[in-house]
Amino acid sequence: MTASTVSSEVVLRAEDLVKHYPIRAGVFRRTVGWVKALDGVSFELHKGETLGIVGESGCGKSTLGRTLMRLEEPTSGKLTFGDVDVFSQRGAQMRRLRRDIQIVFQDPYTSLNPRKTVGDIVGEPLEIHPDVVPRSGRRRRVQELLELVGLNPEHISRYPHQFSGGQRQRIGIARGLALNPRVIICDEPVSALDVSVQAQVVNLLEELQRELGLAYIFIAHDLSVVRHISDRVGVMYLGQLVEIGDEDQIYNRPTHPYTQALLSAVPVPDPTLRNARDHIVLTGDVPSPANPPKGCRFHTRCWKAQDNCVTEMPGLDLRPDGVSEHASRCHYAEPREVV
Amino acid sequence: MASTTKLVDKTSSWQPTDGLLLEVDDLQVEFRTRDGVAKAINGVSFELREGETLSILGESGSGKSVSAQAIMGILDSPPGFITGGQVRYCGTDILTLPEEQRRRIRGPEISMVFQDALSALNPVFPVGWQIAEMFRKHRGTNRTDAMAQAVRLMERVQIPGAKQRVRAYPHQFSGGMRQRIMIAMAIALDPAVLIADEPTTALDVTVQAQIMSLLKELQTERRMGLILITHDLGVVADVADRIAVMYAGRIVEQADVFDLYAQPGHPYTEGLLESIPRLDQKGQRLAAIGGLPPNLMHIPSGCPFHPRCRYAEDVCRADPPPPLREVGVHRLAACHVSERLLAKEGTPAQAGPAPATGAGDGGGGDAGAHHGDHGDERGGDGDMDGDMGGDGDVEGGSGR
Repeated sequence: MTASTVSSEVVLRAEDLVKHYPIRAGVFRRTVGWVKALDGVSFELHKGETLGIVGESGCGKSTLGRTLMRLEEPTSGKLTFGDVDVFSQRGAQMRRLRRDIQIVFQDPYTSLNPRKTVGDIVGEPLEIHPDVVPRSGRRRRVQELLELVGLNPEHISRYPHQFSGGQRQRIGIARGLALNPRVIICDEPVSALDVSVQAQVVNLLEELQRELGLAYIFIAHDLSVVRHISDRVGVMYLGQLVEIGDEDQIYNRPTHPYTQALLSAVPVPDPTLRNARDHIVLTGDVPSPANPPKGCRFHTRCWKAQDNCVTEMPGLDLRPDGVSEHASRCHYAEPREVV
Repeated sequence: MASTTKLVDKTSSWQPTDGLLLEVDDLQVEFRTRDGVAKAINGVSFELREGETLSILGESGSGKSVSAQAIMGILDSPPGFITGGQVRYCGTDILTLPEEQRRRIRGPEISMVFQDALSALNPVFPVGWQIAEMFRKHRGTNRTDAMAQAVRLMERVQIPGAKQRVRAYPHQFSGGMRQRIMIAMAIALDPAVLIADEPTTALDVTVQAQIMSLLKELQTERRMGLILITHDLGVVADVADRIAVMYAGRIVEQADVFDLYAQPGHPYTEGLLESIPRLDQKGQRLAAIGGLPPNLMHIPSGCPFHPRCRYAEDVCRADPPPPLREVGVHRLAACHVSERLLAKEGTPAQAGPAPATGAGDGGGGDAGAHHGDHGDERGGDGDMDGDMGGDGDVEGGSGR
């Protein structure tokens, strides 16, 4: 849908992002191991594009969002915004850069300070970056932002508790927009909302993208929402991208067994398809990211696993999907229709 | 094992007539708070038969969980009060029974699985102990036997290494495994009715699929009546036989699952089906329902959905609210214009709604005006008018 507005200009490029958290134990809090939350994630985000990131809990998708915001310092890897190396920026330069990459959090109930008015919340980025809008114009700018996200500008001095969940998420989005960012990272922005309200917020995000030429990283576990909003989709499993491609490629011609299993498990709101769809049932749970399987991370649950899957980690390489080719991290990648 | 446990105690005085297990009749619940009285349930009626899956579908605040709590007799009171109606189990109104007798129903006859297993399980006791407690309290089984039963149940719900893990604590299990333990507790005494309140909402999709198929399997095996409470239209489509859609404490539509998805008979159901993105289709824009669910302390006059309804007419705004009435074979709806919706045959909502307001009575305009009253969610309203017509083709995925 947004295909026309996506340009070839790369706004954000992640190369081999790694984030390991130490596991400490004992009296001296010695490091006894590492949780490999992100283990070599690379992708490009184009101007005006939505890149969806899906995966189950613990796959590292939220860590990815936080690392892109530099709310977490990466263990290694490189992130370039335009032609600026994000992770080497310090102090004022980093602050300047933060204007361009903003985040909208999942829970509109805990991500807004209950003791501040909406005006304070949305206006706070403008206080921190005083040169964006002169002081005299800030109140008007906040009202413009509220209007932009579909809230009544007269409600500027209300408190978060006076708004519903959907409205609070709009406040969070207004705050994210305050500094005219080019990239917004949406970490499960509609997961906490009821379906009827969820659609309103999804529509708002799409409108804003069209109007302002924003690029989104849209992190979510709901594969239907991600399909709806995304131009491209990346699937994560145990800290790695296992497959990435156009929305059409991922949903109609997935080649990685994990993607296929994930998609086949999503219920479709149509009872006539009850027995028509292929259900791939995975056994067991996701292994611990502190001790991920050697070789292909998915081999312990994969029905196609061969000897070399156990020893040799497949690369995220372009592999044929029947029509074209897209990147998949499987030695035995082949398309299968599951949706 | 089902049969062995049955032998122990099921001399059961509770025998359904004609397979009719549960009848909820004009149930009313209100919450009396300092800020006023919230009418959470305003006359809910439904039936549940043996082996049947009834899905109660609704958004937060629609009263679906409160209904379950009222049936189970675990409503927090105060502030919650049942102010009217009956809940008949095998013909007997259980709301009027003394607590002592209710306890003999809660567990052995009607049992419940909660959404959040981590907070529903006791963190300081091993899971096996908690399952075994059911047998000790209700059947007076001794400790060793109760524990053995617990292990068998854990095996039944497919917890790997049940024998070893029976002494583990809830926090040592994953979310999916905890939910299995809750299910084990719920089915321990072989109940006739199982109420599952959002049993998979907190779980990942692959785990959700496992849990739903386990529930389905257990239901078939034991011929339980299952009440599945959820907001997920996908899950409902997969497992339900019948659906009751709730809005503002009322059932606004009740129908067979296939009929309901083929053609909703209430504008709210129609709106819900249109507003969800679908995995198997790359849609254009989502047709959001404008506005917000009503505040239960100030439910609008007439039909509670009228401020958000694109078909609303004068009669909808006037009291009394439209009653839940028969609008087709085996289907009920509480709406004045149901017939008009149902006449839109062959255009399943999810395949791209016909511009419903095209009927020409200015329904769309009405809807817009009413959202104006709500003021706040104006973004949503704009969407609404635009979408009604524009959502026609949906197979965009292939076009890209």
